[in-house]
Amino acid sequence: MKGELKELKLTVNGKPCELKVKANTLLVELLRNELKLTGTKVGCLDSACGACTVNIDGKAVRSCSVLALQANGRKVTTIEGVADGDKLHPIQEAMVEYGAIECGFCTPGMVMSAKALLEENPSPTREEVREAIQGNLCADEGYVKYIEAIEIAAEKMRGGQ
Amino acid sequence: MEETFGNYSVIGKAMPRVDARAKVTGEAKYAADIELPGMLWGQIKRSPYAHARILNIDTSKAEELPGVKAVTTGKDFNGFKWGWSGPTRDEEPFATTKVRYQYEGVAAVAAISEDIAEEACDLIEVEYEPLPGVFDPFEAMKEGAPLVHDNRPGNICVEYHWTFGDVDKAFAESHLVREDIFQTPRMAKGYLETPAVVAYWPGPDRLVFQGAKGSPYFPYRILARCFNLPLSNVRVIQPFIGSDFGGTKNDMTHCDFAAPMLAKKTGRPVKLVYTQFDTLTTDLRRHPMWITIKTGVTKDGILKATYVKAIADGGAYTRMSPLTMFLTGTCMTLPYELPNFKFDAYNYFTNNPSSAAMRGHGLYHSRFAADVQLDMMAEELGLDPVEIRLRNAIENPEPGKVYETINGVHMATCGVKECIEKVAEATNWEEKRKTKKVEGHKSYGIGFSAATYNGGTKLSAHNACAAIVRVCEDGSINYLTGASDVGQGSDTVCCAIAAEVLGVGLEDIDIKRVDTAFTPVDPGSYGSRVTVLAGQAAMNAAEDAKRQLVEVAAQQFSVTPEEVEIKNRQVFVKSNPQRNMPWERLVRIACYETPGKVIIGRGYSTQGITILGLADLSKGVGDIGTNYSFTAQAAEVEVDVETGVVKCTDNSVIAHDCGFPLNPPAVETQVQGGSYHQGVSAALYEEFKMDQGQTLNPNLIDYMRPRAYEAPMTKVLHVVTNDPYGPFGAKEASEGSCCSAPPALINAIYDATGVWIKDLPAQPEKVFWALKAQKEKKQRKK
Repeated sequence: MKGELKELKLTVNGKPCELKVKANTLLVELLRNELKLTGTKVGCLDSACGACTVNIDGKAVRSCSVLALQANGRKVTTIEGVADGDKLHPIQEAMVEYGAIECGFCTPGMVMSAKALLEENPSPTREEVREAIQGNLCADEGYVKYIEAIEIAAEKMRGGQ
Repeated sequence: MEETFGNYSVIGKAMPRVDARAKVTGEAKYAADIELPGMLWGQIKRSPYAHARILNIDTSKAEELPGVKAVTTGKDFNGFKWGWSGPTRDEEPFATTKVRYQYEGVAAVAAISEDIAEEACDLIEVEYEPLPGVFDPFEAMKEGAPLVHDNRPGNICVEYHWTFGDVDKAFAESHLVREDIFQTPRMAKGYLETPAVVAYWPGPDRLVFQGAKGSPYFPYRILARCFNLPLSNVRVIQPFIGSDFGGTKNDMTHCDFAAPMLAKKTGRPVKLVYTQFDTLTTDLRRHPMWITIKTGVTKDGILKATYVKAIADGGAYTRMSPLTMFLTGTCMTLPYELPNFKFDAYNYFTNNPSSAAMRGHGLYHSRFAADVQLDMMAEELGLDPVEIRLRNAIENPEPGKVYETINGVHMATCGVKECIEKVAEATNWEEKRKTKKVEGHKSYGIGFSAATYNGGTKLSAHNACAAIVRVCEDGSINYLTGASDVGQGSDTVCCAIAAEVLGVGLEDIDIKRVDTAFTPVDPGSYGSRVTVLAGQAAMNAAEDAKRQLVEVAAQQFSVTPEEVEIKNRQVFVKSNPQRNMPWERLVRIACYETPGKVIIGRGYSTQGITILGLADLSKGVGDIGTNYSFTAQAAEVEVDVETGVVKCTDNSVIAHDCGFPLNPPAVETQVQGGSYHQGVSAALYEEFKMDQGQTLNPNLIDYMRPRAYEAPMTKVLHVVTNDPYGPFGAKEASEGSCCSAPPALINAIYDATGVWIKDLPAQPEKVFWALKAQKEKKQRKK
């Protein structure tokens, strides 16, 4: 049925959530409209731009490409769950310090792709960094400083900082 | 180690952007992130036809749908028309009698959910009489062609004819004369943040508008006129903006009219957010242009004359086309000396979505044509591309002197020679150019280009921008400006300028988004004008506040104000720095003991108005810029000669003369981004495919935007010329590199393959067929 609500249990940014959603609700709609986590951006809804990238069980996923119900039982991390209180994650810190951010609309997705990469592969090559953010379109900053900031963050994270 | 420039406390060195933290944590609110109690969702009803008369619109079924709260059509706007300037008001908020491009809006709905609003749009019945259309300028110019606007004969939107010097005589005297035709593509702006707006009426005659608008004072004025309100009853509060690049986010879209009208009808906030499909089918695009360029040179490669005929597809409405055509012509006399110049420009209405300003506005088309043709002529003369550019480059004027071009463009600084030399050195140009590299089916080549762009763009109306520096009693500073940061970093540099002048730290300055209820009026974020003009306003406002504080300090120290200095948050007597007090103490004394002084510094930019006058668009003379940036670029490409796929390599260097880099890393990202996202993309990837006014690739999968994997790791070299008309010497950063990238790449493809691609973009298929034709030609010769 079109309007029928389904039960959904998931963890978002470390907090367990239990809610009812329509079957056709996309994960990005759940995050933005229901949970008011608007840090996750919508650029295209075609899984082409990567602005809505979140982490599901540590993997980078475009939240417009999955239904909310597909995240049932999973751990979802959004940009709001990346910093530790006031302390920025090394990826965020590097992007701020290194001047990688311009308009900022692609930034949350970029951080989430980078985070998934570095958690799986702490010492990526430049090609691997490029590949990890290949699905994240940026409109203005040229990717150079994003790539370099992710490399700086990787180094910091390996140093145990 | 980070490079630093000048001897300053705050500026000239790397500083994190003031908005970076909000953006990297997801706290930054963009228009689509705004939600208000009782908010309704809006949706636009659009025309399936590119050209059709509207016979009737029946909204009754939509109005009856449960959950629908209001429906609006163009009739609700009582004949209101708007445009980029007074004489060009040719567009209605919603078409009432005729649609002129596919998906033009004809009505809008507000409902309790997005789904219901969409369903209601489907229930609106519009009766059309389809009309034959014109879909490129060559159809539009034919005698008897259907008219896009019944009152505009010949479909002519803009026409300019300028002559400077005597081109015919100069061509006759030239050693070599060449004529070529170049073509630039229809391009999207490429922002990911689609148009979005939330509007509401806090009182019957008061409107609040929160939209994705890079130039918030455009909707401020247009909406006041549209709803017949005093200006001050319109309040535009600017959210964060996800890039702009000119056009759609400067002026209006259907959603910007629909949300206020639907909010007025319902008494509730209304939100509209465009899909990427809406954006790619209806938002303003870069003009596709056909440039015929004829140039004469001496046997030493010195430019004698250039004639340019530019034909542009303006799309359905005038928008900013008059400015586009001016910019396309005016820059032909930069960055090289040109003694004779003639320009004929024709911009036609068509039944395509409207064209408008875009990063590198205007100059990008003609500088591409000129800089590629320069390489062609260099080859015929046996000259090196760097050598021919150095021979023609405008010299940097002596301090205090101003260089004037033949069409009355003035500049006090010109670093193009230094840019060219730096890039040639950094790329080891001569060696690199000599070594031809082929690896299997990959062929490598390197290309060179130079470009320019106007900074501090000034138009014929409301150019001034202002700043207010309010020093709070705890020593912190509120910085108020109507100037917008859409991602370029102007908020940071304006705060940095204020901090530098006041002698405090960047962290002491707090800047909020533009809110027309509090911020001083500003024309907007376009034409690389913000840093140059708002930066001067920041400087003047901070100086005014400092003067007030210094007077108080002078009284305290019993010295004259001239003897007081403030640096690094310390106030001291210049001749005896032992006599000092902390910044906070001075501010407290000023606020409490004087008594009750309110420290507010006011400043506005004068450069945009007073320096060397304004440009005359129809005659083609005068300055559109307050000053001009210069760029040189070398780019290496890898061409797969079997498939025609062209890739940039990391061997890519740009030297940019931005006058003075206030925040060097921000200049670098601007230059790298301008080059890649709107320059390289135009050269290699992007183009709207059209069929009878229909956009065939309206999504980010089929419409190719440049991505990280192909991004060249472009190195940026700073050239410092300290322009006297810019704040602390600054000019523009980014639009220059947007113009230098396409010629550099096309010249590089030629170096790699011997094939000239004169119509952008050099997509694989085009390169493939060009290589095939070249091969066949060679075989025939054998």
